Amino acid sequence: MSFWQIVLVSMPRLLNGLTVTLYMTVFSAAVGLLLGIILCLGRVYGNKVASLLSTGFIELIRGTPMLVQLFILYYGLPSYNIRLTPLLAALIGFSINSAAYQAEYLRGSIQSIGIGQMKAALSIGMKKWQAVRLIILPQALRRVIPAWTNEFIYLLKYTSMAYIIGAPEMMAQAKFVASRNFEFFKVYLLTAAIYLSIVWTISFVFSYFERKLRIPGTVVTER
Amino acid sequence: MVTIELTILGLGLGFVIAIPISFAQVYGGRVARFVCSLYEKTFRSIPLLVLLMLIFYGLPEIGIRFAPFVSCVLGLGIRSSAYQSQIFRGAILSVSRGQTLAALSVGMTPFESFRYIVFPQALRFSIAPWTNEFTVVLKDSSMAYALGVVELLRQGSYIISRTYEPMAIFLTCAAIYLVMTLSTNKLMGYIEKKTQIPGFETKEVSH
Amino acid sequence: MTKVVLKVEDLKKSYGRNEILKGVSLEIKKGETKVIIGPSGTGKSTLLACINRLVEPDHGRVLLEGEEITSRNACKMRQKIGYVFQDFNLFNHLTALDNVRIGLIKVQKLPKEEATRIAIEQLSKVGLSQKVNLYPSQLSGGQKQRVAIARALAMRPKLMLFDEPTSALDPELIGEVLSVMIDLAKSGMTMLVVTHELGFARTVADEIIFMENGIIVEQGPPALIFTNPQKDRTKQFLRKLTELYGEEKNK
Repeated sequence: MSFWQIVLVSMPRLLNGLTVTLYMTVFSAAVGLLLGIILCLGRVYGNKVASLLSTGFIELIRGTPMLVQLFILYYGLPSYNIRLTPLLAALIGFSINSAAYQAEYLRGSIQSIGIGQMKAALSIGMKKWQAVRLIILPQALRRVIPAWTNEFIYLLKYTSMAYIIGAPEMMAQAKFVASRNFEFFKVYLLTAAIYLSIVWTISFVFSYFERKLRIPGTVVTER
Repeated sequence: MVTIELTILGLGLGFVIAIPISFAQVYGGRVARFVCSLYEKTFRSIPLLVLLMLIFYGLPEIGIRFAPFVSCVLGLGIRSSAYQSQIFRGAILSVSRGQTLAALSVGMTPFESFRYIVFPQALRFSIAPWTNEFTVVLKDSSMAYALGVVELLRQGSYIISRTYEPMAIFLTCAAIYLVMTLSTNKLMGYIEKKTQIPGFETKEVSH
Repeated sequence: MTKVVLKVEDLKKSYGRNEILKGVSLEIKKGETKVIIGPSGTGKSTLLACINRLVEPDHGRVLLEGEEITSRNACKMRQKIGYVFQDFNLFNHLTALDNVRIGLIKVQKLPKEEATRIAIEQLSKVGLSQKVNLYPSQLSGGQKQRVAIARALAMRPKLMLFDEPTSALDPELIGEVLSVMIDLAKSGMTMLVVTHELGFARTVADEIIFMENGIIVEQGPPALIFTNPQKDRTKQFLRKLTELYGEEKNK
């Protein structure tokens, strides 16, 4: 079969898988952002217990491979009678994993804002959580956008791992198609090209938004 | 241990490819710069798993055949080279232009100014991100599982097929990875401290 | 008898084994301006930070109009104390107007229209009615510090604390900030100012406090301190300062 024939034959299934891939990525990036904010605030502003717990959790997740985390969720939990579908296990795994990384990006961003902003907020009578919500987070979240873009792209690529536990995302579809027509090289090349074009598009879109959201006069420094 | 072999060979291969690429990107002509940054962008954008599949299942179709282990080293190495070249490029560029100008002004040749002024500083700047890359490669070597390489994770699942204790075994795997990443971070943090230039502390959060 | 606005009793603070404040007491009456001078690293800034509880003191009491400031009521009490920082600390993501009005809206819960009115009024007082919609990074250092002063004043404080408000400014910008402060002192605001600007001290201070190594070495009216200091350390310090900055600057 010629390359274009392969494209024609495998595209429907790959695109099908792509929607699952994108769904997993967007879902885990969003849930990861929420959890990440909580973890980060726990680590930076929480009391001793909260800070210790958040730090421990973050380091635990960042220190172990995502695949191991997926295996624990998918193959490990059933021994405790918790059975997850591949897709659900993947969604939970990616969200938790992303939360740990996003918490750290946000922490770096909070540290770069400096202690002066907090002091100034307190000096006009704000409560600590008011200062965090009104002064620290709005600035920290803007600054974290470049890192967040990276995280989104990492996630997009790492969701390919979900195929190992059997979630029907793009990699799984590619393997399915390829194992029927034995055109592994072309099919995987096509898959690579799809990932490539999506990653590049996302980078472009995010850098556009980053320019849009910039606080006048302050340049967001790239990681 | 296969995991460690994969990590070190992958990183080493990545390093060997990354050095000339980062040089070409900073000092090369327009064509060289374009080709190298295309290489970097491409391999940073493709998931490692896709790369592994291309190498292991795809290349035999055009007559190139690698063993699973070699395929993994190649995949990890090529992908890592893209990230490492970005690290070195960033490090070289973060040494300010003034440093080169000052070096030239005391009569050094461009090569000498790179060798004695830019390179030592850039090397220090790259320690932290490079440590990070090390742990990324270490963790991602687990994907070799998909090609059937008997690394830590697959070793774990073999044990599980005999003991039927998935949770305990996978948690043990996780703990081993954790020990490896944390001790790497500790060690490199120590090296970084040792080689620090006063007033130029580098601090960053990493993936 | 005029009312005592601020009373500081035997304040002590250490960082590890390093004792920064070794028991400082002072008092400010309504409408008074007191200026703290002294070498850097002698606890002047720590003293101010301890007064509004940005730093928790180890020992001693601070009373604002007779009410003790504790870590419990700090949020409420800080509203009554304006604080101006050396490095401005304007909220970078907010315009000048929002910087001034955020405390009114979020802390004092004023309706937005009223908060806006007060904020614009305060910004006009410091001469920045044309700059209300600019972000901090679009303002000069002197303008930033004037916004910071307006932000503090908008809360209608009983007391203003200034922590070296001109130290981070280029020389040509110091004057605009000092003139705002001088007007403020003359309008009857109660102020405690840490500064190296002797001209300012001479013009408006009711009392000069010379601090060194965590204690008050000497205090008294400017005429006395400047012309005839009692302690040798005060004499040496003033001589050094006049050599550095010139005597009659900013008068």
